Amino acid sequence: MTEMNKRFLLKVAAGAIAVAALAGCGKSEPPKAPEPAKKAEAAPPPPPKPEPLKAAWVYVGPVGDAGWTFAHDNGRKAVEAEYGDKIKTTFVEKVPYGADAERVIRDLAAQGNKIIFATSFGYMEPMLKVAGEFPDIKFEHATGYKTAPNMRIYDSSFYQDAYMAGIIAGKMSKTGTIGFVGSFPIPEVLRNINAFTLGAQTVNPKIKTKVVWVSTWFDPPKEAEAAQSLINGGADVLLQNTDSTAVLQTAEKNGKFAFGWDSDMSAFAPKAHLASAIVDWSGYYKRAIKEVMDNTWKTERTVLGVKEGANDLIKIADVVPEDIRKKVAEVKDGMKAGTFEVFTGPVLDNTGKERLAKDAKADQAWKDKVDFYVKGVDGKIPAAK
Amino acid sequence: MFRLEARPQPSRAMTVASPLLALLLTAGLAALLFVLLGKNPLAGLSAYFLEPLNGRRQLTEVALKATPLILCALGLAVCYRSNVWNIGAEGQFVLGAITAGGLALWMTSVGFKASAWIITPLILAAGALGGMAWAAIVAFLRDRFNASEILVSLMLVYVAQQLLNYLVFVTWKDPKGFSMPHTPTFDAATWLPNLVPQSRLHVGALVALVLVAVFWAFIFRSWRGFQLQVGGLSPAAARYAGFSARAALWTALLVSGAMAGLAGAMEAAGPLRQLTPYVSTGYGFTAIIVCFVGRLHPVGILFSGVLLSMFLIGGELGQSRLGLPNALTGVFQGLLLFLLLACDTLIAYRVRWVGAVPAGGAGR
Repeated sequence: MTEMNKRFLLKVAAGAIAVAALAGCGKSEPPKAPEPAKKAEAAPPPPPKPEPLKAAWVYVGPVGDAGWTFAHDNGRKAVEAEYGDKIKTTFVEKVPYGADAERVIRDLAAQGNKIIFATSFGYMEPMLKVAGEFPDIKFEHATGYKTAPNMRIYDSSFYQDAYMAGIIAGKMSKTGTIGFVGSFPIPEVLRNINAFTLGAQTVNPKIKTKVVWVSTWFDPPKEAEAAQSLINGGADVLLQNTDSTAVLQTAEKNGKFAFGWDSDMSAFAPKAHLASAIVDWSGYYKRAIKEVMDNTWKTERTVLGVKEGANDLIKIADVVPEDIRKKVAEVKDGMKAGTFEVFTGPVLDNTGKERLAKDAKADQAWKDKVDFYVKGVDGKIPAAK
Repeated sequence: MFRLEARPQPSRAMTVASPLLALLLTAGLAALLFVLLGKNPLAGLSAYFLEPLNGRRQLTEVALKATPLILCALGLAVCYRSNVWNIGAEGQFVLGAITAGGLALWMTSVGFKASAWIITPLILAAGALGGMAWAAIVAFLRDRFNASEILVSLMLVYVAQQLLNYLVFVTWKDPKGFSMPHTPTFDAATWLPNLVPQSRLHVGALVALVLVAVFWAFIFRSWRGFQLQVGGLSPAAARYAGFSARAALWTALLVSGAMAGLAGAMEAAGPLRQLTPYVSTGYGFTAIIVCFVGRLHPVGILFSGVLLSMFLIGGELGQSRLGLPNALTGVFQGLLLFLLLACDTLIAYRVRWVGAVPAGGAGR
């Protein structure tokens, strides 16, 4: 007994010494003043040097996902590069939807951030609640649909990327079947599946699209499994609406083709990579910050796309024939000029019903409510009545 | 060659001190990690251990997050003490959120109005019954077909999640929600009453505190609790004493299912106020750690629930204050559990150098 106690005392002592030593070396370091939040607010008279504007980002994935969150974080870095010491940015990654998100957003608001970006759909209700409590802070929510006097929304047009990717896929598919790994059957994702299919049909009218749903935005093993099952089912060109590089890498392993999504993923699969569908948020983020600095920020809805320089299809692989590159370039020019609309009637769903009349161009309200697969997509949307 | 040798009599004081020791060691290693990451270790430790307790808003948030952890862990403690390995509290939690949320939605749609004294118990009871029903499946399959409760309870987690997905994507989907997967917001009459003004802390925290006392009495002062523990420690002895193993199995699973379901109901009618596919963020699984760090003791669980909740919130604060990576939270959780097991092992066993072992002799 005594021996054991002695041993434990020794252990505790060793632990204590280690902690003390670490604490000591912490003290000897110049203490990084953990700037109190109140300081920023409690200095209204013109200070000699203005406090930097504090801006915060809330991410759904890890910043290293090489996808959605990575792209948003690049936007944040661009803001830092643009405004230098006039700004101080913070981010919190992997924030779960629901009760936790509300706490994170409220804490960021209480910390003196003047503008907060929440970059995923599931943060809508929590952000709305917090926005009500902090009328002086600007809230920005990506991909949602609810606004408030101090909360506005912004989104991208990935379906434009998906359409261009579809043109390439239609040409490169030998089996006549292309595959899509979907996250959740929400309008945004359905738009991408439909645009991908419509793009492919411009090259090969008989093309079929198969879809596998994974019910997650980021889960590499699950995404890889879905990709494998699409390949086993005969698909030889894949696109995904999930955030990792797993689909692309699975295609590489199987000698098939696929696309990068959210960011340039060409390095992850040199042979399989046909092109990367990307979004660049930096323009929007710089603008939003400037509006807060200039006091011109007002609530609105912004939909960014190819025209605004946000969405793009880049790094088209050498294996893609010249005529297809030209076709993609033409479509892109049309999108830039605002003359080309992906969803132009007639659009039929895969039961044969007309969803958009001949020659009609889809407006935003139509795009917000997409709840069907276009003709050419196999199967039924899960959880559709 | 080292060998672990059972100590003749493990120290009682040390058994109690072991979680504290593990916590201290975790903090030490955490400080080391902060240094390696180029951060001030004191600021790092403060983000995890002091900031979450700093001020009313943070304190209420810690309590809010600890409530479901404590509730799930209380039920699990009864299971584990009875040698019933329910690891599906997560699924029972989701079912509780579904049944309670379903009731709240029904009340919303028919405009049901009554005092909170009536509505809150109804909502909580609906959740508890939902969780209980889900756990009853496990008990039935184990009782009738001797199916492993570990596998069944775990697999039912995924079934529960798919059921929730189905409901929020189809049946209960908000018609004004642009096809997005969530239900309408519940009517304010169904929300759990607040405990602290201007915070999210609801009466559920009080219920959890009362239940800590109830579970202490149940486990240590009741005849049924005694039977369960005997069955857990020595099935043969329990059989000899005439204690029914079947009754123990059903009691343990129903009680823990009810607790997880109750936690789910509180989450749905508390901070969420609607159902989405993301009702739980792993409470049922984190509760397993809470349960063991709390030594399967209700009071211990109270403390470890608060501690784990601090870790989770500290992880967020560490990111927003110091730019620490999110993954640290998971590392700390793992470290704490691992060090606790190590401390426990060293309390029950001692390490002895038994000299070089001839080749082939190192059988174990």
